[in-house]
Amino acid sequence: MITRYESPIVEVVCRVIVPFVQVFALYVITHGHYGPGGGFQGGVILAASFLLLRLCLGGELAHQKLPPRLAIALGAFGVLLYGLTGLVPMMAGGQYLDYGHLPIPGVSGAELRYVGILIVEIGIAFGVLGIMVGIFDNLVERQS
Amino acid sequence: MKWLSLFILGLVMALLIYAETDLPDRGDPEAPANQHVSPLYLERTVEDTHTPNAVTSVLADYRGYDTLGETVVIFTAGIACVLILMRRRSDDNQIRKPNS
Amino acid sequence: MIWQIDFYLLVILIITAVVALEIRDLLASVALLTGYSFFMALLFAQMGSVDVAFTEAALGAGVTGVFLVCALFFLERRSAD
Repeated sequence: MITRYESPIVEVVCRVIVPFVQVFALYVITHGHYGPGGGFQGGVILAASFLLLRLCLGGELAHQKLPPRLAIALGAFGVLLYGLTGLVPMMAGGQYLDYGHLPIPGVSGAELRYVGILIVEIGIAFGVLGIMVGIFDNLVERQS
Repeated sequence: MKWLSLFILGLVMALLIYAETDLPDRGDPEAPANQHVSPLYLERTVEDTHTPNAVTSVLADYRGYDTLGETVVIFTAGIACVLILMRRRSDDNQIRKPNS
Repeated sequence: MIWQIDFYLLVILIITAVVALEIRDLLASVALLTGYSFFMALLFAQMGSVDVAFTEAALGAGVTGVFLVCALFFLERRSAD
């Protein structure tokens, strides 16, 4: 468990920076269709924001934002989301990971593949976020 | 011994540099690796997936199975790290308990 | 493609790699490794592969440095050799 760093400057800077980092991470995840970015990079940046929270505010406060058990569960959920996104088109008559057969009403054709890529990117982001935060939590935990 | 390994390293480096002169330039459209399906991906990415960034469409759509494997590998490696670190902690607890 | 930028980035990259291997202080070694990742990201961006450069900058120069510094807490500060 990291102890809290007793400095008002560090705490205020951390509290100001973290929301912007998280918004930028969401931008990177969802903007991967049009520019550099994607699930992997966005997930790493999102994980870095949570690592900054843990380093500045200490374990007790930061674990309320994202509990360590929830982090690992989020990682597993991300990989599961990717796998299920591949499996659902199989049920609808397509092939594995063929996003053209996703049963989403209102979109069709190329738009459907666009939505499929977006879901998959979000899954990758969750997976990377969970794994990074999980490794960090288990790494810094003091032997007590 | 150190000079022998340095000599062998220099030899391998010379060999690699000599072999590198035969490779095509970076980004050469005439290269064999860029001849097979790459032009099709670049041409069709917008009409197939509405995604102007060809890297994303190749990574998540055309080669989605590959990325699934990559994600599973990352997840498995991370879970292995977490389990090893947990094991270290519980071992320390078992060692420390009789003393305290 | 400007070959001078390529050349100087490569020279700095090799210098950081060799110094990170040779230096005795492990914390300085970690800092040099993150610097190495950063110059690698610059080199990737200069080659035109922006996605790879982004990944390298976020992972290699960011999160890996935090992990290595955290791992240093449980180690001796000085390298043995």
